[in-house]
Amino acid sequence: MKTKQLAMIALATLIPIGSAVADYPSKPINYIIPFGPGGESDITARHQQPFFKEKFGQDMVISYKPGGGGAVGWSQLNSAKGDGYTIMGINLPHIIVKPMQKDVGFKTEDITGVYMFHYTPDALVVRDDSEFKTVQDVIDYAKANPGKLTLSGSGKGTANHLAQIRFDDMAGIKTTYVAFKGTGKAVAALLGNQVKAQWGYTSVGAKHEGKVRLLAVAMEERHRKFPDVPTFKELGFDLVSGAYRGIAVPKSTPKEVRVQLSKMIGEINADPEFRKRMENDGMALLDVDYAGYQAFMDDKIGIYGKAARDAGVVK
Amino acid sequence: MPGIEYLLDALTPINVLLALGGVIAGTIIGSLPGLTATMAVAVLVPITFTMPPASALILMGAIYTGAIYGGAYAAILLNTPGTPSAIATTFDGFPMAKRGDGDLAVTLACLASVIGGLVGAAFLLMLAPPLADVALAFGPVEYFWLAVFGLTLISALSEGNLLKGLIGACFGLLLACVGVAEISADIRFTFGSQTLLGGIETVSALIGLYCIPVLIDLVATPDKHLKVTHQPRGFRFLESVAISWKHKLNLLRSSVVGTLVGILPGAGGSIAGLVAYSEARRSSKRSEHFGKGEPEGIQATESANNATVGGGFIPTLVLGIPGTPPDAVILGALLIQGVRTGPNLFTSEGSIVFTFIYGLFLATILMLPVGLIIGRYAYKTIITVPKAMLVPTVGFMTMIGTYAIRNSISDVVIMITLGVVGWVLNRFGYSPSPIVLGLILGSIAEQGFVQAWTIGAATEDLVGMFFGRPISLAIIALILLSLFYPLIRSRWLGGTRRKVRAD
Repeated sequence: MKTKQLAMIALATLIPIGSAVADYPSKPINYIIPFGPGGESDITARHQQPFFKEKFGQDMVISYKPGGGGAVGWSQLNSAKGDGYTIMGINLPHIIVKPMQKDVGFKTEDITGVYMFHYTPDALVVRDDSEFKTVQDVIDYAKANPGKLTLSGSGKGTANHLAQIRFDDMAGIKTTYVAFKGTGKAVAALLGNQVKAQWGYTSVGAKHEGKVRLLAVAMEERHRKFPDVPTFKELGFDLVSGAYRGIAVPKSTPKEVRVQLSKMIGEINADPEFRKRMENDGMALLDVDYAGYQAFMDDKIGIYGKAARDAGVVK
Repeated sequence: MPGIEYLLDALTPINVLLALGGVIAGTIIGSLPGLTATMAVAVLVPITFTMPPASALILMGAIYTGAIYGGAYAAILLNTPGTPSAIATTFDGFPMAKRGDGDLAVTLACLASVIGGLVGAAFLLMLAPPLADVALAFGPVEYFWLAVFGLTLISALSEGNLLKGLIGACFGLLLACVGVAEISADIRFTFGSQTLLGGIETVSALIGLYCIPVLIDLVATPDKHLKVTHQPRGFRFLESVAISWKHKLNLLRSSVVGTLVGILPGAGGSIAGLVAYSEARRSSKRSEHFGKGEPEGIQATESANNATVGGGFIPTLVLGIPGTPPDAVILGALLIQGVRTGPNLFTSEGSIVFTFIYGLFLATILMLPVGLIIGRYAYKTIITVPKAMLVPTVGFMTMIGTYAIRNSISDVVIMITLGVVGWVLNRFGYSPSPIVLGLILGSIAEQGFVQAWTIGAATEDLVGMFFGRPISLAIIALILLSLFYPLIRSRWLGGTRRKVRAD
């Protein structure tokens, strides 16, 4: 009797799922950004918005749930309805480093990522009139003046900060990282001559063209927008990193919907016009789909976990 | 005038309509506590994709400027700053409303906002590229000293009760530490609670500390909310113009202060309003009336906070560094449109920038009739609605508004808790303003201090970092002046009196 009932319930729940995927999405999707409006997470979501509507005929409605550096949003992700109509932006290294620091209401493995669609590569940025022309100049200065080279960056335990820690380690130098609230203020500190250089992003080079120079970018290959800027890899430093962004769903979301959503985000990513717009803003595209998500995360957890421990961000 | 050839582009029917609609929508949104200019602009972003960049900017600028003004209604009529920019508006606005001059206060605020907005826009038009350098000259240590300067206002705000003011400010500074620290990412004072993880959101704290005590008092006492001593007398427009003309220097000075503070990306409308308020009070002949319903106080705050709109656009458009949170959203929308900000924007893309700036002028001027009419409607509603309706309606609004800021139920819980705490503290003579000042300035001071200390320690010049920079020294001088001014003035007054007696 009991098994029969269970089977009935299972069947009853399965049927709508099957049809749900067939006509998914049949209504607007709520896309929650766990940060405030105007930041890069918002801007990249805004880039996706029109393509989603064009390809799948439904609106992608962006809303914000800022607080605790993203933690407020992520800690509530799994309590949302898992029907595919609530999705949330996820950011690395945040979702790896934050839960390591303290109980922030979620664990890295609680988050069900379906697609990592881009990253904004870390870059070593200087003012256009800076005495530093190459990465080697920076290393030479730092070696001659240990600790005296000041670099601004966005936040602590962030992509910028971890890049600084890892690079110092690789180059055998000691520099001073000055954390600012957001990239905008870190750039202002650089332009205002408050610091000598900045651990920023390729997008800083795109946004402030002519006022800043990128000395190197933390990518596998050179960025299309900056063909003259070497990668750290070319210079002998195995540094490929940045702020990775993706999309996650509540845990209760059925697998079929996850796969379908992953496919859809991938389709947007493949659109040449979308790629062009993102690259013009200095971003780099990434295609880690639902199937590849776990392997990608395992790799990053290893790298960022070590860097965060070295940085003293994680005790 | 630069770019005058684009004036006509700004005056196309569609742009005029966008400016008008934007100001109306902005004013209404700003008047509802919790609904901020940032949210209003963010909601609009998808609509602006299909517009030409200049029109999109005009719409967003109009909403923004309207919302900053709209914050004055709740501040004057409900003692609740609808946006942090309007904190200092409550100091004199609510006492004026209490004694039956709410209509006058609203009209004065409208005039001041228009003047401030025009001054800010004029600076944006004439001097944007050189003024953008001001934003860059302000380093971490300058922000630290600016925040300390802001904290010295407590002595002015808690006259006769300095100790209680300082205790309140310390409480506010502690509240500022709750949650994930902005730059060090430490998690502090959450006591393991998820509710406190996101920290104390400023606007929800404002609503709690200012509005909830008013609501509790309304329920607890039989008095009417606002005294109405007279039949409504129209807009009291001429009376307001006369008062504004009399205090034109105050309006001008406050507008310039607002523009300059607006240029600083780390400061914002709340600090602009407070600094202008304290300067107005210092230079006024009637300084002892401030805080008891002095029109000059409203004029200073409201002209300063609307001047931050134009001021904030200066670093946004010239440097690509947002001056205020709504500017960040506008900048994002421009990026998506493919517009690159920078000094070249003013030369190569004049058609966008100058059309927008003239559009901002237009929106600011339209704010006069719009603001007067909506303000009058708001005042009438508040004085005619019976208390049994007013309290639940406002109470409901505070919760919706608080929730809407970050889509967070935790913020609502914190807001109500702070409201009750604030009411109890009020009974013991602690006013909410020092607490709020501590909350807002605490994080600015902390960030500035940590950054300045880090840089100073790295370059082995801590003393030079904190005390060797010209702008810092100027702010330190202002701090000392602000702290010792009451002493200096009484000494000076005493001196002249003695002299008179000697003669």
